[in-house]
Amino acid sequence: MVRIIDRRFDSKRKSAVNRQRFLRRFKKQIRRAVNDAIGERSIRDLDNGEDVSIPAHDLSEPHFQHGSGGIWEQVFSGNDQFMSGDKIKRPSGGGGGGGGGGRASNEGEGEDDFVFHLSREEFLDIFFDDLALPNLIRTQLARITDFKSQRAGFTSDGSPANINIVRSMRGALGRRLALGAPFQARLRELQKELAEAVESWGDEHERVIALREEITRLRTKIEAIPFIDSFDLRFNNRIRVPKPTTQAVMFCVMDVSGSMDEQKKATAKRFFMLLYLFLTRSYEHIEVVFIRHHTIAKEVDEDEFFHSRESGGTVVSSALNLMHDIIADRYAGGAWNIYGAQASDGDNWDNDSPICRELLSTRILPWCQYFAYIEITPGEPQNLWREYEKLLGSHANFAMQNIEEPAQIYPVFRELFKKSLA
Amino acid sequence: MSRPAQKRVTLPETSEWSFEAIDQYHQEIARVAGAFGLDTYPVQVELITSEQMMDAYASVGMPVNYHHWSFGKHFLATEKGYRRGQMGLAYEIVINSNPCIAYLMEENTLTMQALVIAHAAYGHNSFFKGNYLFQTWTNADAIIDYLLFARNFITQCEERYGEEEVELLLDSCHALMNLGVDRYRRPQKLSLAKEKMRQQEREEYLQSQINELWRTLPQMDIRQDRVPDRKFPLEPEENLLYFIEKHAPLLEPWQREVVRIVRKIAQYFFPQRQTQVMNEGWATFWHYTILNQLYDEGLLADSFMLEFLQSHTNVVYQPAYNERWYNGINPYALGFAMWRDIKRICEQPTDEDVRWFPEIAGSNWLETFDFAMRNFKDESFIAQFLSPTVIRDFKLFAVLDDDRQDKLKVTAIHDDIGYRRIREIMSEQYNLGSREPNIQVWNVDLRGDRSITLRYQPYQLRPLGDSADQVMKHFARLWGFTVRLEGFNEIGEIELLQETRIEKRRGADH
Repeated sequence: MVRIIDRRFDSKRKSAVNRQRFLRRFKKQIRRAVNDAIGERSIRDLDNGEDVSIPAHDLSEPHFQHGSGGIWEQVFSGNDQFMSGDKIKRPSGGGGGGGGGGRASNEGEGEDDFVFHLSREEFLDIFFDDLALPNLIRTQLARITDFKSQRAGFTSDGSPANINIVRSMRGALGRRLALGAPFQARLRELQKELAEAVESWGDEHERVIALREEITRLRTKIEAIPFIDSFDLRFNNRIRVPKPTTQAVMFCVMDVSGSMDEQKKATAKRFFMLLYLFLTRSYEHIEVVFIRHHTIAKEVDEDEFFHSRESGGTVVSSALNLMHDIIADRYAGGAWNIYGAQASDGDNWDNDSPICRELLSTRILPWCQYFAYIEITPGEPQNLWREYEKLLGSHANFAMQNIEEPAQIYPVFRELFKKSLA
Repeated sequence: MSRPAQKRVTLPETSEWSFEAIDQYHQEIARVAGAFGLDTYPVQVELITSEQMMDAYASVGMPVNYHHWSFGKHFLATEKGYRRGQMGLAYEIVINSNPCIAYLMEENTLTMQALVIAHAAYGHNSFFKGNYLFQTWTNADAIIDYLLFARNFITQCEERYGEEEVELLLDSCHALMNLGVDRYRRPQKLSLAKEKMRQQEREEYLQSQINELWRTLPQMDIRQDRVPDRKFPLEPEENLLYFIEKHAPLLEPWQREVVRIVRKIAQYFFPQRQTQVMNEGWATFWHYTILNQLYDEGLLADSFMLEFLQSHTNVVYQPAYNERWYNGINPYALGFAMWRDIKRICEQPTDEDVRWFPEIAGSNWLETFDFAMRNFKDESFIAQFLSPTVIRDFKLFAVLDDDRQDKLKVTAIHDDIGYRRIREIMSEQYNLGSREPNIQVWNVDLRGDRSITLRYQPYQLRPLGDSADQVMKHFARLWGFTVRLEGFNEIGEIELLQETRIEKRRGADH
């Protein structure tokens, strides 16, 4: 007697441990790949996995092997033209190992990059690593929006598991009654007639026999009505309702004057991405408005926002004015939660900074849920920073941070996370 | 030709499998296998998902194994190939254990399940049980238990000494795995109970021995009496991992145990690497023969046979050297052809066969099969049984690639003067001893800097591959002191190929 064991249900994802080991081991390379990926992604497109490729050389498992060279005498199959003693030109590209045959191709495989798919969780994990997010926040951000499954009456189609028996049977009964009613009425009449007929003419009279036949016919008709039919079936209907959320708009304001180099822009991008990611956890629908500015501000699309470069001076207030105009124009009326994120190297035209503070304080912050400012500069805070500092005490929805690298971004959002994720 | 009258009910012919159907098929297959005299371990069939299959595949085909990133890497590679449909999964994995475990993948059709049962659970199984290499080198009763022990031990080490530490150690051991086997010495058998009992003892004993060996207290008077450069080891040691386990000066006891585990597992797989053609050919021959027998008895539906033959022909396809798919000789094809040919020689020998194989021509094929299966490995099997017929069928030819010559030379083809030469080369091609570099421990500088010298004996003037310096680093990590690799050059002189120095004693830095 053979033993047949069904192992399909035990130890699912046994390979997960080895996978984690692999990811940890090559963290450096994987992180580099993820950073490249982030550079290419839209800030709205963080919720997907990523195909990551690592140079195969980095993860080779070395063994003592024969290299090419020396003498190889090997057997091949399918001779179609050779006689013994024939001389053949050495095939090119075989690295001198033309005779290496199978060996050469085994090793040849190692030349390509090793490509594999990083799941969404793993991708985010590495993204968060860079940003030095606390663990609790990581899990909260990585969580997919919850849906609530709720009853929504009954439907006429669905999976067998969801059949509502009471409803279905009730429907079937109703249908049988409705379809059978004319026959039933007639049947009752006939039975009454039959009783009278038997009484007056006796059992054998032809009228009695005719009545009996008709009764049988009617009974068959009634019985022929299906007990249950496919259109009687009713299924419990459950629908997934997203937990109540509202809409938000996020303003990305960035200085694109000459002093903002690619490095600084990359840091700014992380900052915007993180805010966006946070907002997606709280809001169903998010719009993003990109405003870039040097001496004049302009609303642009994302691509232009990050990738085109301009030079010239800096007038931050132009951007804040534009932001205010857009709010007034499109997002007024209380239906929108407004978030602002501003990134700059802080180098503003001197006389403009007080204006910025004024603008922010009177025309923007009152509308905003939260406004975060990062100054990406390695040195001393600039004039804009000093002006903005004055806002900190009076406005709880304003945060600012001077940063040099992505790991320092998180403190900007600390208040925000604390408030909303608690 | 009419098929024999149907005595039995035919076997189910749906493509969906069910437990009952598998059981029915198994019963019939077992009956026929028994009638052919296949002696097997009891069979245990396990159904698994494709993911589990990939997982087993990645962990060198074992159901239990310790954790290591390289298995994760193989898993990712396999998974990617499978998802994109670039490759089908191996449709069978079979574990050389008692009972013999054969894995069936849930995605497969009933036909494929029957094929795998015949192939793995009876073909491979009987080979595992009968072949002399498996009998001497592996212990089917203990392997699963031993792997379990190994995994638990390594997990404990990870908890105690940190994952990274263990991982680095395993990396180094894996790099030397191919040279961690005894080729010539007969091994002791594995037994879990003994292993466990002796493990503790061994740890303590070994440590004391090694301390003795490396005693640093000067003993002037004794030393002067000795011959100044006595060689150690006295005889060169071929099993590098064994030497490290026993003699590496700085390893902790647990590290020695890990080295031992990797060595034991390498040893366990050693027979499989030496019997690829024989083993796969044997299993393929038997699934083919058993299923055909069932068909002749009228138990199998035509649809079953068509599906079976389709995948069978895929398995035994041998592309020609100039086709895109060519990747060396297909062991399934060669093995299958050879076993079939042996049967033919036994049953219907030609004059040529009688000349070439006087001892088996016309003999009872089942007895000849049994003899051949038990007493050979690829190298000797080919040297003994590769017949002119098979050489002609495969149109085999030999090419000499000497890097001192401009051109390649065809040295033999499938003709009268070439048969023997081709057979020789083919046999050599499957000789692990010449396929893998011959590197042995030559000497340890006991009195001096404790450096170790390895010697590479080139085969056919083949140099070592580029990865050698990486492997040397791994060796040095295990040894803890300088490692040198010497080799013979073309005129037979010794020259230094590599030297990997270790500056700091590993024992001192943590």
